[in-house]
Amino acid sequence: MILDGKAPTGPIETSWDRSCFDKKLVNPSNKRKFKILVVGTGLAGGAGAASLAELGYNVESFCYQDSPRRAHSIGAQGGINAAKNYPSDGDSIYRLFYDTVKGGDFRSREADVWRLAQVSNNIIDQCVAQGVPFARDYAGYLDNRSFGGAQVSRTFYARGQTGQQLLLGAYSALSRQIKAKKVTMHPRTEMLDLVVVDGVAKGITVRNLMTGQIESHWGDAVVLATGGYVNVFYLSTMAMGSSVTAAWKSVKKGAYMANPCYTQIHPTCIPVHGEHQSKLTLMSESLRNDGRIWVPKKAEDCDKHPSEIPEEDRDYYLERKYPSFGNLAPRDISSRSAKEACDDGRGVGPGQRGVYLDFEDSISRLGEDTIRERYGNLFEMYEKITDENGYVRPMRIYPAPHYGMGGLWVDYQCQSNIPGLFVLGEANFSVHGANRLGASALMQGLADGYFVIPYTIAPYLASITPGTVKDDHAEFKKSVEDIEAQTNKLLSINGKKTVSELHRELGQVMFENVGMGRSDESLNLALKRIPEIRDEFWNNVKVTGESKDLNQQLENAGRLADYLEFAEMLTTDALHREESCGGHFRIEHQTDDGEAVRDDENFCYSAAWEFKGAGVKPELHKEPLKFENIKLAVRSYK
Amino acid sequence: MNLTLHVWRQKGPQDKGKLVTYPAKDVSSDMSFLEMLDEVNDKLIKEGKDPIAFDHDCREGICGMCSSVVNGRPHGHQEKTTVCQLHMRQFEDGADIVVEPWLAKAFPIQKDLIVDRSALDVVMQAGGYTSCHTGGVPDANSQLIPKEIADFSMDAAECIGCGACIAACPNSSAMLFTSAKVSQFAVLPQGKAEAKVRVLEMTKAMLDEGFGNCTNHYECQEACPKGINVKFIATLNREYLKSFI
Repeated sequence: MILDGKAPTGPIETSWDRSCFDKKLVNPSNKRKFKILVVGTGLAGGAGAASLAELGYNVESFCYQDSPRRAHSIGAQGGINAAKNYPSDGDSIYRLFYDTVKGGDFRSREADVWRLAQVSNNIIDQCVAQGVPFARDYAGYLDNRSFGGAQVSRTFYARGQTGQQLLLGAYSALSRQIKAKKVTMHPRTEMLDLVVVDGVAKGITVRNLMTGQIESHWGDAVVLATGGYVNVFYLSTMAMGSSVTAAWKSVKKGAYMANPCYTQIHPTCIPVHGEHQSKLTLMSESLRNDGRIWVPKKAEDCDKHPSEIPEEDRDYYLERKYPSFGNLAPRDISSRSAKEACDDGRGVGPGQRGVYLDFEDSISRLGEDTIRERYGNLFEMYEKITDENGYVRPMRIYPAPHYGMGGLWVDYQCQSNIPGLFVLGEANFSVHGANRLGASALMQGLADGYFVIPYTIAPYLASITPGTVKDDHAEFKKSVEDIEAQTNKLLSINGKKTVSELHRELGQVMFENVGMGRSDESLNLALKRIPEIRDEFWNNVKVTGESKDLNQQLENAGRLADYLEFAEMLTTDALHREESCGGHFRIEHQTDDGEAVRDDENFCYSAAWEFKGAGVKPELHKEPLKFENIKLAVRSYK
Repeated sequence: MNLTLHVWRQKGPQDKGKLVTYPAKDVSSDMSFLEMLDEVNDKLIKEGKDPIAFDHDCREGICGMCSSVVNGRPHGHQEKTTVCQLHMRQFEDGADIVVEPWLAKAFPIQKDLIVDRSALDVVMQAGGYTSCHTGGVPDANSQLIPKEIADFSMDAAECIGCGACIAACPNSSAMLFTSAKVSQFAVLPQGKAEAKVRVLEMTKAMLDEGFGNCTNHYECQEACPKGINVKFIATLNREYLKSFI
């Protein structure tokens, strides 16, 4: 089937405004008749729930953490982009639009990216009004920094905790609506199923994580803002509880999963140091503003103390290969270059999987105090984990799974192919194409939540009668029974391996074979191994405790069960996409000097996959991509 | 390294808990404290026993979910460190380590090391915001905020809402938590309009939720993984007095 994103046609500059005017509205007195379920309280979900409640809708908000303030948007460090052009360095909405489409390697929908760039400026205004303490200069004006993939300074930041501050802003707006009784908050509650009645999303089934009770919630629309899926690699920068479950259960009810193979492996993470490790820690890409990345030129120098390696024996490989962007080359390119250097035997640190990020030049140019002011918390974090002082010895970094550009397929209104199911933020696939640029995730989350969904949900609601399906419907009962059956099965296997052991096995298979460099051979190997691990899981996992109790093992087992099915779809997508683009690098498709080769003739489309059963090949639906404003071109950062 | 853990085990909110001893063997000094607990749990699971329940999520020291008292100190003895960022190299081989949940009347224990901190959300709902709607706000640079003011506000805003300050306080006071939010807004032009009602509502909610008052022990500042300074309590007190003028 050919999918239609229903993006507005005509001049891109007026596309969003025209689309807003053309939309049906719900009049103020009718809004209070509708109930909207919002799952997830990160930037997209928190901002969306608060904004919809402000408009007068009744909102029920769900999160698995003990408070909506803890969603993993909080981990984002570096900043948020906006086309304010405050430094007057040539930025504009059009340039942000251009950089994002190009940065995504021409695999995103133009109109969606335009909208994102257009509302980016409103986000900064909104956050400042909320009291978000962005960095400022002595005169009181907002400060900007640079990020990868851009030649202008358009990134707003709050020390190294921008995600935290933006999330607390959204959380404060949400708190105000909870107090006003327009939002009912359900913390420590995990969505385990989507309820679809006659092809339309009408509610969700959840587990109360404190009591283990399975509960039904009906709504006139369901909004998923449940984040990304890269814990499929086990070791990642995601929060431990972050899962694909809400999205995957929706896929099993008919929603399409688009471009799951576009995964971002972030270049500046602290390297793996042992088998017991449970997660990887990212350090903001903003470090690349002042840090220089290098490895020894000679493999025999790798074990030396970095200060013993003279300047002429260091390979500043990003500056060498990409002179115009240098250390600020986009993430996919930087990560792959680090891997190449290590594959070449020139990696540093334990297992030689690391490269240096060196601040010596910046410290001598700007002074240690300035560097501490800019990145102090990151240096502290680095020292706690590695026991090394980044001011006196170059940091060691290595790429780690960080973000999923793919996600549930949505049209221009952020609505999935299931009517009534809307998807926001990282959980959808819409704006980042095959690679996300730095400081764009926060922008997308807040754009979707504050400024997109309040407009785009209205035409759908205006077309339905509120409250027609309640939680006494047979589909709700069936969904509860299905969940309880799965729970009982997980608790009865009583095998020999723990959930974390099996998750680690899956992660190793995925990182080695479906990671930064993918080949026909490695992908086919993964497609053989994933079902084997899945079989072992369902026959040999050991989950202790009871279903009607606080049971963290049971929570983890349910999440892994979904990853074990999702991993196969991700790998299938990677195998079918016979080209290299953005975060998807097929080693068969590269130039002589190792650059990605895109195939626009055959693959200029979004791949939306329909679930056909566990272990059965999913069905591919294509949404052709048209580039009417930005000419398809080879992405060059040289 | 080999360690002996004494961990608070409690089946549910209504049950009586007790310290139970577990060996932790072959612990690598590079492990984080929670990774060490993961290993102990994997062993318990294989023995068919109920693993230790503890809250954690980001494991980067920013979400504020982790919450254990280690050897009598919230988040352990390392300065400005959440328990998820505490590493085993901070302990001696052969050490005994006591692990307990946050202890405060307003934080009822749910299971083992997990407590209910929803009282903090209630304090936030009482006034921890500026009442701006989405949209219709002025340009971000229309009100200038000099760097010193923005920095003061940011110092306060760093609070991760973990509740260590309350667990450390002999009065189980939430003054540091509340004062951080009051202070963040009090100095910003955007927060001034509602400063009076905010400080009154938030302090009232704080007392209604069962948190004690401040008697200047400064234990909160010692325990805070983000180094939130007690000067913000002075700011809160000043804002509180100002509200009556």
